Parts: sequence; C-alpha cells; structure tokens
Amino acid sequence: MSDARTEVLARIAAIPREPAPEPSRDYRVSGERSADEVVELFCTRAADYRAEVVRVDAAAVATAIVRILAAHGAQRVGIGPGLRSEWRPAGCELVDESALDVAGLDRLDGAITGCTVAVAETGTIVLSGSPEEGRRALTLVPDLHVCVVMREQIVELLPEGIRLLGPLVRSEGRPLTLISGPSATSDIELDRVEGVHGPRRLAVVVAG
Amino acid sequence: MKVSPFPAAAEHELANVQLRRNLRAATDTIQSKRARVVAELPDWEALRDAGSEIKADVLARLDELLVEFETAATAAGAHVHWARDGAEAGAIVARIAREHDVDEVVKVKSLTTDEIQLNDVLATAGVRAIETDFAELILQLDGDWSSHILVPAIHRNRTEIRDLFARTIAPGIVSDDPADLAEASRVYLRERFLRAKMGVSGANFGIAETGTVCVVESEGNGRMCTTLPPVLVSILGIEKLLPRFDDLEVFLQLLPRSSTGERMNPYTSLWTGVTSGDGPQELHIVLLDNGRTRVLRDEVGRQALHCIRCSACLNVCPVYTRTGGHAYGSVYPGPIGAILTPQLIGIENASSLPYASTLCGACYEVCPVKIDIPRVLLHLRAEAVRARGRSAERLTMRIVGWTFESARRFTLAQRVARTAQTPFARGGLVRRLPPPLSGWTRSRDLRAVAKTSFRSWWAGR
Ligand code: SF4
Repeated sequence: MSDARTEVLARIAAIPREPAPEPSRDYRVSGERSADEVVELFCTRAADYRAEVVRVDAAAVATAIVRILAAHGAQRVGIGPGLRSEWRPAGCELVDESALDVAGLDRLDGAITGCTVAVAETGTIVLSGSPEEGRRALTLVPDLHVCVVMREQIVELLPEGIRLLGPLVRSEGRPLTLISGPSATSDIELDRVEGVHGPRRLAVVVAG
Repeated sequence: MKVSPFPAAAEHELANVQLRRNLRAATDTIQSKRARVVAELPDWEALRDAGSEIKADVLARLDELLVEFETAATAAGAHVHWARDGAEAGAIVARIAREHDVDEVVKVKSLTTDEIQLNDVLATAGVRAIETDFAELILQLDGDWSSHILVPAIHRNRTEIRDLFARTIAPGIVSDDPADLAEASRVYLRERFLRAKMGVSGANFGIAETGTVCVVESEGNGRMCTTLPPVLVSILGIEKLLPRFDDLEVFLQLLPRSSTGERMNPYTSLWTGVTSGDGPQELHIVLLDNGRTRVLRDEVGRQALHCIRCSACLNVCPVYTRTGGHAYGSVYPGPIGAILTPQLIGIENASSLPYASTLCGACYEVCPVKIDIPRVLLHLRAEAVRARGRSAERLTMRIVGWTFESARRFTLAQRVARTAQTPFARGGLVRRLPPPLSGWTRSRDLRAVAKTSFRSWWAGR
C-alpha cells in the first residue's frame, strides 16, 4: 500500500483538468480618499464595531492612555518589550510580557501595544508580533487592549494592507492577527455580545 | 456514512415550531446585514469574479500547490501530514495526542473536523475534545448537533441555553441575558484554555506560497486554541488552498461580508510555521482528502470545492429557512450541503439531497465564489436517477423539461393543473398530492397554481 501523500497526489494527477486562465483582478487595489478622509473613515469604522476610539496629537498618546486605563480601573498592564518610551503611561505598573507565562498574563488588567498597519474601510488593526506589539497572547488573555495607531499606518483598503504585510510573512514568517472590534458572539438569538474569550474592551488611540 | 433521506427528516423538523421561528428570525437578520455591507462595496462583483477564478486555478493546479504548501510550511517549522480519509486523519491527531500524553484538547469549531467525526475518534483514543465556540459548547453539552454552518445553535433560544447551563457548567445561573450566558462560558472555558496542552483547529485558508494557515473567527476562542497550547494540530481540507499570500485580499473581503454580514470579523489569525517565543512550539498540519478528489473528478460538480463555507446560501434558501439544517442529515446543510455531501460520500448514499431545493437560484446570486448551485443540483439529480435507474422519475423529469421548453405547452399545463389541483388546494397551498406525487408534498407545501397566471394577467392589463 502506498503512503497517503503519494496516493492523494496520484488521485489528483489522474484527473484531467484544463489549465485555468490567470484570475481577473478588477477590484480596487488603491484608495481614492485623501489622507484626512482615510483617518476619519478608520475612526468611524473602528467605532462601528464597538472599539473605543480617541484621536490625539502624537505627543499626547501617553496622557490619553492614562485616561483610558483609569476609566477601566486598569492598574497592572502588560507591554511588549519594545513599546516606545513616549507611549508608556505614568502612574501604573507596566510589566514586560516576555517575562510572564500565560497565568501571569491572566492576572494583568490590560495590555498596551502599537500595530503594524490599520485598514480604514474595515476598521481593522493588524499586529505582527513586533517588539512593540508583543507576543500574540498579550492581546488575547487580558480583558482590555489599548492599541496605538499612528495616522501614517492607516491605509484605505484591505488590498493595500495585505500587500504591506506580505513581505513580513514571506521573509520572516511573522504571525499576524487582524483585529476588528472586541471579541463577540451572536450565537444567542443573534444578539451581539461583546467579549467572549478575547478582550472585552478594545481602545484605539489614533495618533497624529 | 449514509444520511437519512431528506423528506423524512424534513417532515420531522418542519413540525418543530421553535426551530422554525428562531431560524427565520436569524436568517432574515443575517441576510439583511449581508446585503447592506455588500452594497457598500462598488467592486463586489469584481471580487466575486476574482474569488471564483482563483479557486478554479487552485483546482487546476491542486497537486502542484499542495506540494508547494508542504514545502513552505515544512521550511517554516511545521510538520505536514497527509490523510486519504477521515479515519486516517483522526488516527494522526490521536497519535500526536498520545505522544504528548494528552487526554484533553481544546478545539475550535470546524466543519472539517465534524465531517471526519474527530471528537468520536479522539474519545475512542481516550482524549476528550472540548468544543470552545459558544454555540458548539452548547451543542456538546446538550448532545445535540449543528443546524447552521455559522450559527450552529440557531435553533436554541436564550431560555433553553440558560436551563442547559444551569444543569451543566453554571449551576445556579438564573439570568438568561445573552451577556450573562456568554460570561458563564467565558469563565468555564478560560480555565481549560490556560491549562490546555494541545489545540485542534480546522482552517479557512492555507497559503501555498508561504505555508501559512488562516483561521477566521469572532469570539477569540480560535486565538486561544491556536496560540496558548504548546502543541497545535490544524486539519486542512485540500481544497482550502490559495496560491499566493496576496489572494487573501480577495477572500478576506468576500468571507466576512458573506457570512456574518460584517465588514470584517473580529479576529483573523495567520501563522506561518513556528515562531520562537510566541504561540505553539510544535505545529502539525493534516492535509485531508476524504472524498475531495472524488468531487474533483466531476467536471460540473467540482465547483463545489470552491466553497469557503460562508453560509450565505443557507440564509437565502427557501427550503433551508423552513426546514433547518438537521433535515439535511449531513454536516454540510443547505444548498451547499445538497451538492457537496452527495459528492463527498457518493450519490448512492445521499440520493435525496439534490432534490432538497426549489432551484430558485437565490444561492447562486449570493455565493461569493459564484458556485452555480442550481446547475450542479440538476446535474446530480441526473446522476441520482442514473444511480437508481428509476425510469418513472426520469420520465417525470423529462416531461417537466419538455413542458418548460415551450411557452404554449407551459400555459396549457398550468391550465390543466389549475383544474386538477382543485380537490387538494386549501388557502392557496397544496398540502398533499395523491400518489405518485405524494412524495413531493410530504415535507413541502406547494403553492397552488394561481387562478390567473402572471403572463395572462400581464397580457390583459
Ligand atoms: S456555496 Fe457559496 S454561498 Fe454557500 S457556503 Fe459555500 S461559498 Fe458560501
């Protein structure tokens, strides 16, 4: 008996198939809005899926984070090892996530990260495990995720975002997480409930 | 595997009033949400074309792309396994669990793992699979099974769920507020996520170019299962491949809008092999055939393999929205189930499924990858008739075809039907026809032929 790999491949090879034409790609691959409109659209769309969105000057990020943490009563907060110092809020305990195991993450009140890219049309932020974003579990286990998005990181359309991410996956195999609003289920009579297993609250600070 | 005949199952399900009420409310809601977010995109049709053509390309080059995927995933640190059928796939997962001395795994909802009855296989091997999707958990606690691809517990209402939780995971719970019910499942499952040694998932897409696996979800349980346990096994139907990473720009627009009617689902996870210090450090991918190459052999039917399991065709289907998913007696319900299941398990084992449709074409209109479901249904009906060699049915179908071919014959037939139905029609519905047509009305109410046809009304206006 041949092994499964050989047999499955042989089954396929034995089936006559015409080569398919090159797929058409007549969809939009670049946006037409102005930079300001793109930022505006991102804020509206992210808020549409119940993310808390605040817009601040680049210099006021840390202060905005302090306010968000206070509003949620978050004291002990996890960060990636490379979170830039000007975003680090004063007056709370910041813990480097790389020193924590999963149970340790579970005792945090929240997490603060940057992002890699954001997509306006879908209100999506994308994390790729950079030192400023930490490992995937950091933005999953704690109940609050505060994400800083710089305005120049926002693209209008998903294809623009995917094309920026491709090189990170191809060359470094970086893990990606696309986040659009807090975790949710609609399984009970289709009522949307925020926060099942992921963070119940997502706050997005748009800077610049 | 053989599924119970659709008519018998549907008659039973039609009687379930709660199911029908929930189902109708749910499918109507999702349908209108979908329509809204689809209308937002000026290039929706171009995306559908691209989606359909990319999938056609995948099927044309499937063997080549599978090898490319295997090479890339292996280079990134994953172990790639191949399985001819469900039993082989189940044995692989069970073996990995045994090697790690694991007796409990956390699992993300996956139709593919349902298809191969993985939970039963694991149970036989002494491994408990904990379902972690909210709806799947409900079904698992209740010993019930899924009735919708996307909202599997669509047939349960909040009070039923509360009572179930009170009996099982949350003794004493009194509130049936959805937020409280979700909280109860959060508490119950969190502990299990944190201690899990092994996770099991399906996958929405596998990228041949990079060896990347993609899981699309809402609740975060998918992220829990695919990032917290040190060992992860993902089962990937061989048709789930996309050639290039950039193809995600098409499918990540098509899928969420078609399935939950959202611009984007809350969480999409993509991983490419093992990342040091982040997520599982041992990664397995099982490439599953289990009938897919059989589907590929059929030139007309193979387009069923384009399916990205969005469930849009269920929500618009006049048959599904009345009978629910259980009537189909298969893991894949609704229009897609009616064409996929008979092909996966053999038409002789599910010969009534291709008839579970009125051929109204609504499924084709919404399908994000443009599967011509009505065409495949007709094709499979012919196959089913051939398989059974039942000439009466073939004769009927031929007469129907002959009648519809000519406007004059059709008008005449309507006139005959109007007279002939009189003894059976009540309040505009024909509920029971005499044999040999009784089979047709057992689980359907037939709308009576109108007193005036649309065409004669139009002509005489
Ligand atoms: S057949 Fe099309 S509409 Fe139906 S579930 Fe599959 S992709 Fe969605």
